[in-house]
Amino acid sequence: MGAPVYRGEFGKPQAERLLWRAGFGPRPGEAEELAKLGLEGAVHRLTNPGFEKLVGPKPHDAKGRPLAPYDAWGHDHCWWLDRMVRTSRPLVERMTLVWHDWFATSNDGVGSQRLMLEQNELFRRHALGSFHDLLFEVTANPAMLVWLNGTENEKGSPNENYGREMMELFTLGADRGAYTENDVREQARALTGWTNRWSRSRGEYDFHFDKTRHDTGLKRIFRRSGAFDWRGACKLCLEHPLHPSFFATKLWSYFVPVPPSRRTLAALEAIYRDGYQVKPVVAAILMHPALYTGPRMVKPPIVHTAGLLRRIGMGITTTDWAWIGSLTGQQLFYPPNVAGWDDTRWLDTATFRGRFIAVQRILSDRKLDPAKAKDAQTADEVLARALRFWNEPALSDGTAHQLRAFARRAIADAGSADWKQKQYPVMVEQALRQLIAVSPDLQTS
Amino acid sequence: MTGPGRIVCDECTRAEALRAVAGRGLPAIEPGMPVPAGTGLTRRGFVVRSAGLALAVYGAGRLGLFDEGIAAAAAQRSSKILVTVFMGGGADSLSLLYPEGDPLYHQLRPTLAVDGGTQFSEDARLYWHPGLAPLAQLHAEGKVTVFPSIGYDHPDQSHFTSRHFWEVGATDTRLLTGWLGRYLDAAGTNDNPLQGLSLTGSLSPALATARVPVAAIDGPGQYDFWVPGVWGTVETRMLDALGALGSVRSSDPSFRTAARVTAQSSTLRRQLEPFAKDPPTKPATPYPTGDSFPQQLAGVAAMIGAGLPLRCVALDASGAYDTHAGQVAALDPALQMTGASLYAFQRDLEERGVADRVLTLVWSEFGRRAKENGSGTDHGAAGTAFLIGTRAAGTQVGEFPGLANGLDDDGNLKPTADFRGVYGALLEQWLSFDAARVIPDAKKFQRPTLVK
Repeated sequence: MGAPVYRGEFGKPQAERLLWRAGFGPRPGEAEELAKLGLEGAVHRLTNPGFEKLVGPKPHDAKGRPLAPYDAWGHDHCWWLDRMVRTSRPLVERMTLVWHDWFATSNDGVGSQRLMLEQNELFRRHALGSFHDLLFEVTANPAMLVWLNGTENEKGSPNENYGREMMELFTLGADRGAYTENDVREQARALTGWTNRWSRSRGEYDFHFDKTRHDTGLKRIFRRSGAFDWRGACKLCLEHPLHPSFFATKLWSYFVPVPPSRRTLAALEAIYRDGYQVKPVVAAILMHPALYTGPRMVKPPIVHTAGLLRRIGMGITTTDWAWIGSLTGQQLFYPPNVAGWDDTRWLDTATFRGRFIAVQRILSDRKLDPAKAKDAQTADEVLARALRFWNEPALSDGTAHQLRAFARRAIADAGSADWKQKQYPVMVEQALRQLIAVSPDLQTS
Repeated sequence: MTGPGRIVCDECTRAEALRAVAGRGLPAIEPGMPVPAGTGLTRRGFVVRSAGLALAVYGAGRLGLFDEGIAAAAAQRSSKILVTVFMGGGADSLSLLYPEGDPLYHQLRPTLAVDGGTQFSEDARLYWHPGLAPLAQLHAEGKVTVFPSIGYDHPDQSHFTSRHFWEVGATDTRLLTGWLGRYLDAAGTNDNPLQGLSLTGSLSPALATARVPVAAIDGPGQYDFWVPGVWGTVETRMLDALGALGSVRSSDPSFRTAARVTAQSSTLRRQLEPFAKDPPTKPATPYPTGDSFPQQLAGVAAMIGAGLPLRCVALDASGAYDTHAGQVAALDPALQMTGASLYAFQRDLEERGVADRVLTLVWSEFGRRAKENGSGTDHGAAGTAFLIGTRAAGTQVGEFPGLANGLDDDGNLKPTADFRGVYGALLEQWLSFDAARVIPDAKKFQRPTLVK
């Protein structure tokens, strides 16, 4: 039996939610366009997007120079953020982000933006492809080999770092009885043999498998014996009976904030078992009723930021986005640890302020000029204009009420002073833009 | 092929340094640093950096002198504070206090054995890592309790599971609130986010509450909210409206989370506003430079000195401790910076006359494998912890079990103290609170004397 499919109305609100969960939110007109295709057509378009087109102004730093993502600090973050903002393949980019979190590698440990961007390209290439191929390539990926000491894992002195995490975080999960401490040690032996060279000018380079560093002896892993090597280690994890449930549950959690029912999980596992393909599992999740009728999700910070830029068609005009990303709790290429970002704790008083600053940064490029103020305006008019600035996001009644109350009071403060009557509404409009973008409505989708 | 060479690569070091600062709040103004243009975070905002703090003086024009933050502070001025410092990744106990006097040490650590440290006065087998010499000094003054082998039964060697156990105060993977969070839920108040303060970049899991607000900040003087082109009464109204957005009701859990955090942020802003207006006095003891950890400790000391109502504080130690490879190159600077920072913090508290109100617990999720793997060590079991403060009992709890008989079947150090007993003792003896209300099965764990 397949996974349940959403049969309710598929209008603009549903298409918007889909674009938030499967991408970075709608550009003007995008949700309406998607809604016309119906659910199936919309999901088909997202999962089969064709060649990528980058739409909108090209990224540059504050002095107008092009980004240098391989070399300059923070430009890696800005480069990817730009791609999220301008891409015509939002789901591919979103899945690239999923794999960055799933196989979380930090440049903190790798120390090479080039290696990180090469890994990023690997995630993008397999965004909706085969998890089998992805796991094999990640295991042999230079950034990962540096990050989890794959090239320090040598016959005679095995290093357990990658072997443990590939089971705990990438394929099987902790505390499920899927593997023992002995399996960790034996996996480490199976994974021996990778090496690379280092030079002052080139850094880490020449990653390759050196069979003289590989432990060719017999290993016993998951109660099976064999002279397993790194390919064997990957295969054993993929064929482990607890892998499909781990895979389906984890993938689901990126799109829906409540766990899947047993029936849904069984259906997703069945789809996945048939060739380890990612795309059909993602498609089933995107068509699931839980996505449209279930609770909202807190947007990951980078999705919130990219979404605001997409809404107003603004490009990357500064590399401030890198440190702002860090304040929001998500600097790309620097996940906090190998387990990735904690999607259940995006919001706290520090990261909320980070999101506030992200909006502040956008608005400092789009300042309203009080000198060009028009004649006296009502609170409702000002609020309507602020909403238009963000391309008419839907607000809850409670939020709309508070914003209107603020606008009324703040405009009334102007009293009878002529210049205040002109300038206060302008300030109020700017403040409303800020408040709308940080409201609980826009932090969640 | 690798070795320390990769770590000293000039470009990486510089990028590292920049990132380390930028990752912790307002970036420093240093050559090559991208200036945070357009946000109003101008140099003016950094003029009092000399205090070790990035203070946002541009917020100085705002009103709000004696609001609830200061009022609450006045009421709680004498309350005890527990600071926790996490050495993330599993700090190697056989390096922190290394068993030079154990005949098996060099056999298990042929290349990684530490030397050059001073003997630990309570156990002739152990020596302080040279980087921890500042802690040895504080220990000699009776201000450090050492836990040479602390952990729990049936050790879990996953970073995330073991850390989770320590954060929630139980070997239970399903518990969602932190041990300090549960304490604050019972003993804290509804209007004081500063009672549980993280300076770890995001909220520390140990401080996760179910009921009362807690806070995460990058530094005390930076917590402002403003919008370009908005000032005067409109700005005041806008800040009120921000708090009002936090009161919007919803049946949706994520929406409610977003609203709650909005409200907490608004309260926290008001609490910290007077602090930002009035820069703290410069600490008498200089803190180390070039890292965010000492800056954050300086910020905590300044906040305590200013009377802000802190109760539980969580920070991350300098450095990374998951030393699977290149251990010496990673551990030496990490311990040096951490040790020197903790020392400066203690002296700062003493200078400010608040040292009797603060205990600092330094911990890690586990220790590392006794046998080295080449250039590093894999995940182990029991680790080392420290409790620092003028009121710390100052005598070791548990003892080093020795390498001949003190290793378990996996070759990892066996615990001689249980972290849950330590938490229980801190709750009872320091925070004067019933441990059974916070730590599941608290009675099962022996509670050592930790406070004098």
